[in-house]
Amino acid sequence: MSDQVLTSVLFLTVVALTVAITFWASRQTKTAADFYSGGRSFSGFQNGLAIGGDYMSAASFLGISGAIALFGYDGFLYSIGFLVAWLVALLLVAEMLRNAGRYTMADQLAFRMRQRPVRTAASISTVVVSIFYLLAQMVGAGTLVALLLGVDSEAIKNLTIVGVGALMIFYVVVGGMKGTTYVQIVKAVLLMVGSALIVILVLAKFDFNLSALLGAAADNSGKGDAFLQPGLQYGATLTSQIDFLSLGLALVLGTAGLPHILIRFYTVPTARDARKSVLWAIGLIGAFYLMTLVLGFGAAALLDRDVIDPAAGGNQNLASPLLAEEIGGGAGSTGGAILLALIAAVAFATILAVVAGLTLASSSSVAHDLYKGVIKKDKPVTEKEEVRVARIAAFAIGAVAIALSIPAQRLNIAFLVALAFAVAASANLPAIIYNMFWRRFNTRGATWSIYGGLIAAVGLVMFSPVMSGAPTSLFPDANFQWFPLNNPGIVSIPLGFLLGFLGTISSKEPEAEERFTELEVRALTGAGAEGPSHH
Amino acid sequence: MKGPLVSTDSHDQAARHDPVYDRLHATPEFNELRKRYRGFVIPATVAFLAWYLLYVVMSNWASGFMNTKLFGNINVALVFGLLQFATTFGLAFLYSRYSNAKLDPLARELEQAYIDQVGTDGQRGQQ
Repeated sequence: MSDQVLTSVLFLTVVALTVAITFWASRQTKTAADFYSGGRSFSGFQNGLAIGGDYMSAASFLGISGAIALFGYDGFLYSIGFLVAWLVALLLVAEMLRNAGRYTMADQLAFRMRQRPVRTAASISTVVVSIFYLLAQMVGAGTLVALLLGVDSEAIKNLTIVGVGALMIFYVVVGGMKGTTYVQIVKAVLLMVGSALIVILVLAKFDFNLSALLGAAADNSGKGDAFLQPGLQYGATLTSQIDFLSLGLALVLGTAGLPHILIRFYTVPTARDARKSVLWAIGLIGAFYLMTLVLGFGAAALLDRDVIDPAAGGNQNLASPLLAEEIGGGAGSTGGAILLALIAAVAFATILAVVAGLTLASSSSVAHDLYKGVIKKDKPVTEKEEVRVARIAAFAIGAVAIALSIPAQRLNIAFLVALAFAVAASANLPAIIYNMFWRRFNTRGATWSIYGGLIAAVGLVMFSPVMSGAPTSLFPDANFQWFPLNNPGIVSIPLGFLLGFLGTISSKEPEAEERFTELEVRALTGAGAEGPSHH
Repeated sequence: MKGPLVSTDSHDQAARHDPVYDRLHATPEFNELRKRYRGFVIPATVAFLAWYLLYVVMSNWASGFMNTKLFGNINVALVFGLLQFATTFGLAFLYSRYSNAKLDPLARELEQAYIDQVGTDGQRGQQ
């Protein structure tokens, strides 16, 4: 019981710290630019940390290490895809978006296209991606807290979901982008330090010999060398191999289309700072994913397989916290209890920082794109009113996320995250890339690619084994499955690009082409880009 | 949104076109900047995506090669995966160096030309 007291104290410390930061940040949040973009006054390094805090979700920390602990090498694909994806953001998106846009993903499309259709489409897609991602984090939070308190009760899980939902609404409504950013910075530091501590302890146990660690993991997994080779999870059939390829595509192309990542590029004064933030983020995220490799194989080597194998009643998402307990001296020891509580609190901070970023991205888009850009198109909207709407939207989105998370607890966390990436890659990335590189691109192309990619990605999942037709489906007793893959990316991403192309060549919009000149100059040089706000 | 720049035309589109952008767009400096930018990022993107897809495809369909043990329990698959980390860090470093040396000076020059032509308070919001 004292272990649970310790865990609770650390959890409450994390909550208290983030609440204090949010109150402090709220005093500096006055204008719309403050609320949406933190006044564009963060340095590249600060924003790099915040990007890391925004990106390294519970799915990464708990999910990837769990997947490696359970499936060995195949779990590593997530780490690689999630990292390589940052090159798309670095080379093609971050700087030009910073120069061309203002607060949301839709801004850079609206720069040269018809406001209403593109803002509506981009806003819907932003909210859908964010909700899927939110569900994953909140379901993860419920599982984590329930298992740490040692009570597998529905009530505790639901209470945690409501609590996390209330906190994320609070961060966004009160702290805006400034509060959210500092929460993410603190979380990134906690996550890196906490992970590094466990990694060093694990490696020390194997005399810093990676080969010995891998050998022990392979032995303890009961799979032998196959545990260190690709194919354990995905290699069985051609269908599962294509599923693996499809997942790989969504991971590498999804990142640069995630709305909560895109809005982070607006928080720095110039495009050069946006580039610097991505460079810092790549270093940080790369180091973190290298550590997940040690955490995953360490858990496979040192933990009793039953505690992480769902087939034996275990929970793979708890591989990292349980590894921390084991390395600290095992269950019942003081060292084990302290490390377990520490890592659990870090995981909790991770969840809080990510849900805050997601809530901010979607509420910004609802207020700035839908309310101001579409509903109130021809009437002036004061900054005060816009920010008020954003705060109301944060409440609404938080409430929807809570309401959906409670029944969604049967869904697999990693699947929900992979789906968010697939939607981002299919719906958002084609429009962003075409808009910056193709003069001819226009409103119809943008709306076709966004709606087409969105509907294809979500629709294919509806008719996949995820939903029905397999024992592991959400509805195992029904069978309306005809799409064989769990991951829709291999079809929906090319479709998003194709529809963007077809929509564009089937319509003429000279205004959009004419304004591409201005967009291109502004995107590449920063001439006329939004500057930092001055207080 | 800044008052006088709000678009009132029926096309429902972003801020009116400012002719200064046409002038900048036509300069040899801008053409050079765009050529240098695209000349780096397009081949680099093709290369890293191909390299990554090669990794995914070989994980699926070249198990004999990927499973070869190099030393101890370290096999080709692990080294290939770690090489993806190395190439990502490497390309990020190269792009940073390239943009500092080849892109930023031109971009600064053009931005200065813009400021000179519209005045420092010419910074305008879109839409």
